[in-house]
Order: sequence, then structure tokens, then C-alpha cells
Amino acid sequence: MTAFLAAAVIAGTPLLFATLGELITEKAGNLNLGVEGMMLMGAVMGFAVGLWTGNPFLAILGAIAAGAAGSAIYAILTVTLRANQVVTGLTLTIFGSGFASFVGKSFIGAPAPASVKSVFATMEIPLLSQIPIIGPTFFRQDIFIYVGYLITICASLYLWRTKKGLNLKAVGENAAAADASGINVNLYKYVHIILGGALCGLGGAYMSLVTIPVWQENVVAGRGWIAVALVIFASWKPSKALVGAFLFGGLNILGFRLQSMGIHISQYIVDMIPYAATIFIVIISTRKNKKEDMGPADLGIPYFREDR
Amino acid sequence: MLKISKRAELPKRQEIVIRAVAILFSLVCAGLVIMILGFDPVVVFREIVMGAIGTELRIKQTVIKAIPLIITSMGIMVAFKMKFWNIGGEGQIMMGAFGASLVALFGPAMPAPLTLLVMAVSAIFFGGLWAFIPAYFKARFGTNETIFTLMLNYIAIKWVTYLQYGPWKDPASQGFPKIANFEPHAVLPSLFGVHVGWIVALVLVALVYFFINHTKKGFEITVVGESIETARYAGMNIKSVIITSMLISGGLCGLTGMIQASAIEHTLTSALSGGYGFTAIITTWLGRLSAPYILVVCIAFAILLQGGAYLQIAMAVPSSVADMIQGIILFFVLGSEFFLQYKLSFNRKLKSKEVA
Repeated sequence: MTAFLAAAVIAGTPLLFATLGELITEKAGNLNLGVEGMMLMGAVMGFAVGLWTGNPFLAILGAIAAGAAGSAIYAILTVTLRANQVVTGLTLTIFGSGFASFVGKSFIGAPAPASVKSVFATMEIPLLSQIPIIGPTFFRQDIFIYVGYLITICASLYLWRTKKGLNLKAVGENAAAADASGINVNLYKYVHIILGGALCGLGGAYMSLVTIPVWQENVVAGRGWIAVALVIFASWKPSKALVGAFLFGGLNILGFRLQSMGIHISQYIVDMIPYAATIFIVIISTRKNKKEDMGPADLGIPYFREDR
Repeated sequence: MLKISKRAELPKRQEIVIRAVAILFSLVCAGLVIMILGFDPVVVFREIVMGAIGTELRIKQTVIKAIPLIITSMGIMVAFKMKFWNIGGEGQIMMGAFGASLVALFGPAMPAPLTLLVMAVSAIFFGGLWAFIPAYFKARFGTNETIFTLMLNYIAIKWVTYLQYGPWKDPASQGFPKIANFEPHAVLPSLFGVHVGWIVALVLVALVYFFINHTKKGFEITVVGESIETARYAGMNIKSVIITSMLISGGLCGLTGMIQASAIEHTLTSALSGGYGFTAIITTWLGRLSAPYILVVCIAFAILLQGGAYLQIAMAVPSSVADMIQGIILFFVLGSEFFLQYKLSFNRKLKSKEVA
């Protein structure tokens, strides 16, 4: 059981990074459907840099840079050039998957180098790892999972406890009002879209270096889209994103576990559960009509100062 | 100081110039990327075009790729006109293919025309159903349709994968996860060497154009898209407009599924939708939600798709390069929209100050 829970946390970690990235992007009022593309760009650059240099930190840096570069294209198009966000995001996904399969073509089937993988070795946290069930599940993991917890906490504090975070929410809720109160709307959008892209790139690298440590085509396999759904599932709250990511991570591996336990439910039916659950949550949250569970009011609506 | 102001109405000639410049820039940029990758850009571009329209056979291949794109785009357009962001085309195609396969595999023996007709009706029904669900919740509770339709894509794909690996697996395929092929009477016939889907596509472009521009329902869809308030003030039944247009949207996507299953795959597979549901969103948008423009954009896209596939065979250039080129061209075209709608001008006052 604890082995399953620990595996769920590992499976959920790339989702967590990407979900937090998309959450921050959406808080700035921009819906970026390019998560899948940015994750792929991060996955391939993380793997490639790791392969070329053998240096895990450069690998992670490469992944972050690739994700950030992808989102920078998106930011230029949607913020400065005011292109449609849905279409631009989808285009980014096409570009990112083409980029990843081209760069990765020469090392299909290659395993992630041992020197890079060593960084992802299990690191027990003293005391905390001794707690029954919770310890082995959450605190006998690799360093990047702890980084995931840390980013979640930081994102929560940032959004609710800092002036900049509140400004960001103002930009996402009502860009015109934010602008009128002296907030540099476009700067906020740029910074957070690129920050979000960097996190997506990191999530992608976790996929290619840890979850599936062998390079293969389409290594991200739709997790970018789950991340988009998870943001809604989490009603734009980092803490709920953490819960959701691990829950969805668990569902991702549940089918195979059930099979090995002799319970014959098709993996494909189990695979539907996260998506159905997300729909369910979207319906519930709109029916409750609670303001705090809804997304930023200006989400997807471009802001043009001249149109005001 | 740079000043941005909204353009009133752009003369047609200037619009064409801006678009041409954007495409030129994108080709130069894509060419640079191709050069960095170690290929000759001129040769690559020539091979893409030749690979798509160089011989009769290749033209047929291009048309075959354009057909699902055109029909799906027509469906997506009807929803987008209403500002209903249907990004569930992929799932609606899958459910349409499922509906068609249900008839083709398990329906009673019927003459070919009747079989195909019933398959199409079933496909439209299931595609429409897959669009009706989010439309109902949108109309009733205002549920966000972007996420809803996106999630339904995955459920549809998993559903077909489940059938393919489980209950519908062909026992004759020796353990290989594959659904049985359709009987010949469930396969669309050809005309001029291409399956009749091309006629369906062209007829639909004309029908959708007429529907949007010359019928009451089509007008209502446009009004709801432009302003819900206006529509309400005019006494339109908004819920009914939302549901009707989504039924049409999903139905058309479902029809794409039937055509792909019947004419291309001759069976149901989990890879059947082939990303057309997503690509159609891009073509619909670039075609500015107007049926004739969309037709042109879809053909251009089909040329890129077919040319990219040819590139891989002819020059051993991975097809992923074509994806990247496609992405780069799209980035530029999307960026150029800005210059169509806004005017950049230098603020004279500030400039003269600087001089002084």
C-alpha cells in the first residue's frame, strides 16, 4: 500500500510542476493550452543536456530554459501582439512536440545517464520519514519532489500573502482596473507566463529523467492536458493542486495495480476517471457558484489598453 | 514613443500585403531553422510543395488530408461563431467513428448506400451527443465549455482504446489489438480516384456558408456570439441557440469520424482522429470564421501535412521538421493579425521634443 502511495507521488510530480505553472499563468489572466508542448520541450532539453554534459544541474536548467522559451513565444504573441490565446497555445503544442521529436530523434531508446539520475536518488528526511504511512509516502522521495512541495508552499504564500501576488490576481481578475491602479499589466503577464512555462519545462524533465528514464517519442503522453484540467480541479489553489496532482498520479497507475491484484478492470476505463472527475468538479463548482472557486474573471480575455 | 491605435477598416490590398509579408517572414525564419538543422531550405520547401502537388497521386493524397480538415473546421466554425470554444472536435470525431462502426460491424446486412447512410446518421448522432453534453451544461448552468469539451476528448479516445484492446478486438487478428475491418459495403466509394468525402466536404462548405449567412438560426448564432445581451433583448431563446449550434458542430465532427473510419481506416482505431480536431481549430481561426476562407486555409494546411509526410520519405527529413515549420508559420501568421487590426505610429510630439 505505501509502495503504491509513494509511486502515486512520483507519478503525480510532473503533473504538480505543470499544474502550478499553468495556475500561475492563468492567474495572470492567460489560458495557455501549450502546456503539453512546453513539457515536451523541457523533457527533451533536460534529457539532451543531461546526455551531452552529464551534469544534472545543467540538465534541469536546460529544461527550465526550454519551457520558458516556449512560453515566451506565447507571451509575445498573446500579450504584445494580442493573438487568440487558445489558438496560440495549441500552436505552441504542435511546435513543441515537433521540436521534441526532432531533437530527441538521435537518442530514442537511450537511458538517462547515471550521473544525472544520481541526483534523483531517494533522500530520506529525518524524523518526518519515520511517521507511519505518511513518512514513506511523502518523505522518502527524491529531492525534486521536495522542491515540488516547496514551490507549492511558495506559490500559496506568494498569491495570498504578498503585494506582488495580490497585484497578479488583480491583473487576472480585472486588467483594466489593475492598470488604472498603476500596475504594469503587461509586465506582470510576461513574468508569470514565462515563470509558468519554466515550471512546465521542469515537469517535462521530471518525466524524461525520472518517471520514464529512457527517451521515447511523446514521453509526456498527454500529461500537459491533465495539468490544464487539474488547474480547474484545484479551483486555482496551489494546495489543492498538490492534492489533485497526487490523486491523478495515483489514478494513472491504479489500473495496472488492480490487474496485478486480480481485479480485472481495464486500464483504459480507469484512465477515464481523472477526466470524468474533472468534468464533475467543473460542473459542481459552477453550480455552487462560489466566487472563490471560480477562475480569474479576465481569464482568456486579452487586455488592450487602447480599447478601454 | 510608439503609439498603437485601432484601425478602422483596412483596404483589401493592404490586408493582402500584410499577410504576404507575414508568410514571407515565416518562411525566412523557418528557412533559417532548417539551415541550422543542416538541410537546404530551398530544397526542403520545394520538396514540400512538390510532395503535395507534384504528381496526380500526391494531389489525391493532399485532397484526402484536406477532407477531414474541411468538414471538422465547418463544425468547429459553427460553434466558434457563437463564441462557444468547442475544442472537443477530437472526441466528437472519435464518437462519430464509434457510431459509424457500431452500424458497420454489428448492423443488419443492408445494401451499400443504405448502410453508408445509416452509418452517417449514427455518426452524426454520437458526435452530436458528445457536443450536446457540454452544451447542455453551458446553457443550463454556464459551465466552462473549454475544459468540458477538452476532457470529453480523452474520455472518447480511452473509450475507443478500451474497445480496441478489449471487447471489440478481432479474434482473427491473432492477439494483435485491432478491430475487424469493415465489409466492402460499409466502405465509401471513390469518384475520380478519391473517396466521395470530397464531395461531402464541398457541399458542406456551401451549406454551412448559406446556413450562417442566410438563415434565421444562423443569424441567431452570430448574434449570440457577438452579444448575449443583444440576443436576449431581441427575445432569442439563447439556450436553444447554444444547443442547436453545438449539435450541428458535434454532428459535423462526427461525420468526419465516419468518413475517416469508412474510407481511410476501414475500421475503428484509437488513432483515427489524427489530431484533426485540434488542427481544425487553427484552420477555423485563421480562416476568420468564414466558410470560403476556411476552405482555402484547409487546403494550404493539407499541402503542408502531405508535403511534410513526403519529406520524410524523399529526403529522410524527419516529419517532426514539418511540424516545427508548421508551428513557426503559424506563429507568424497569428502575430500578423495584430498588424491587421492595429496601427503603429510614432508619436510626433515626443519626437520633436527630442530634436529640440
